[in-house]
Amino acid sequence: MWKWIQAFASPKNFYQISQKIIPWFLFPFIVLTLVGLYWGLIVAPIDYQQGESYRIMFIHLPAAWMSMFIYLVLAISGGIGLIWQIKLAYVVAKVSAPIGAAFTFLALVTGAVWGKPMWGTWWVWDARLTSELILLFLYLAYMSLNNAFDNPKTASKASSVLAIVGLVNLPIIHYSVKWWNTLHQGASVSVNKVAIQDADMLIALLLMGMAFKFLYGTLMLMRARDEVLVTEQNSSWVKKIIMEQ
Amino acid sequence: MIVTKRQNRMTLVALLVIGVSLAGYLGLKAFNENLLYFFSPTDVTEGKIPKGKGFRLGGMVAKGSVKRDGIKVMFDITDYANTFRISYSGILPDLFKEGQGIITTGSLVNGVFMATEVLAKHDENYMPPEVADALEKAKNKQ
Repeated sequence: MWKWIQAFASPKNFYQISQKIIPWFLFPFIVLTLVGLYWGLIVAPIDYQQGESYRIMFIHLPAAWMSMFIYLVLAISGGIGLIWQIKLAYVVAKVSAPIGAAFTFLALVTGAVWGKPMWGTWWVWDARLTSELILLFLYLAYMSLNNAFDNPKTASKASSVLAIVGLVNLPIIHYSVKWWNTLHQGASVSVNKVAIQDADMLIALLLMGMAFKFLYGTLMLMRARDEVLVTEQNSSWVKKIIMEQ
Repeated sequence: MIVTKRQNRMTLVALLVIGVSLAGYLGLKAFNENLLYFFSPTDVTEGKIPKGKGFRLGGMVAKGSVKRDGIKVMFDITDYANTFRISYSGILPDLFKEGQGIITTGSLVNGVFMATEVLAKHDENYMPPEVADALEKAKNKQ
């Protein structure tokens, strides 16, 4: 089992296998996005309170979910890299960071655009909005730290420690709307409660949620392939690929 | 027992997670009051608000309390235990209506809360208008 994992995690095998896996992420992403947007913008009914404006939720929520999910990936792969010293784990963490930062930014921007007409303000410093902004800063800090060292091994180790330290922010984001009173509303979809009382609204939301997961998979694998080529540029298999082209 | 290097690193990472969680917990406990975005009318009557400073007051717009006079509007906000009269002149958010949760920024002057900003809060429920109507009717029947 252990040998098998190590074999799969070797950069060479990853490079070959990932090429075959990418279409299995890319095409579900395209189909889910098209169906999800149609369902969200046309099939789903208007909301009793917010009218048409609530539809930005179909981008805002999946983006916010991904912002936290990818940070978890960052910290877990960082931990795997530190403990088992698997190079590929560091690669996954490194290439995921800008994608996670982009999703966080998207969640913040769509939230602001939504907040203006509904709440009456673009931004407030309540616990939910502030902790999500800190998440963006954590991503940026991770990326800067990863680029601040000449030695890639030191860079991976230092940034992984940062990623694990920042993990404490995830439960704060999640529970901020429960622990403190905030302008932001509570969770609409959680493990023990779904507050979306219309099947079409919920279907659209889940379709978009899955679409974003597949988008992340696609982007992460594509970026990881490039990164593997750079980190392994001195090995014979990479030289062979370059010579063949 | 022989401790391998890997187990050593595992322990270090585990200690890091535990240490940071503890620090986070203590930090949040210390700052708990400052992380509240608004105070409820009950907090105000119990004297929990900062003295001599502006603060945010949140609650429901009391039914039948909204009185408009041009751009000036007076209404009560309540948490169903205590109520405060709000005075505000300016643009109200679209969601502002009686029974809606709102958050106002301002300060208390002779028992009236002079608001400089009114923000609407909405809950996490989403449903089509027909469902909302049906729920409302069912509630009224009881």
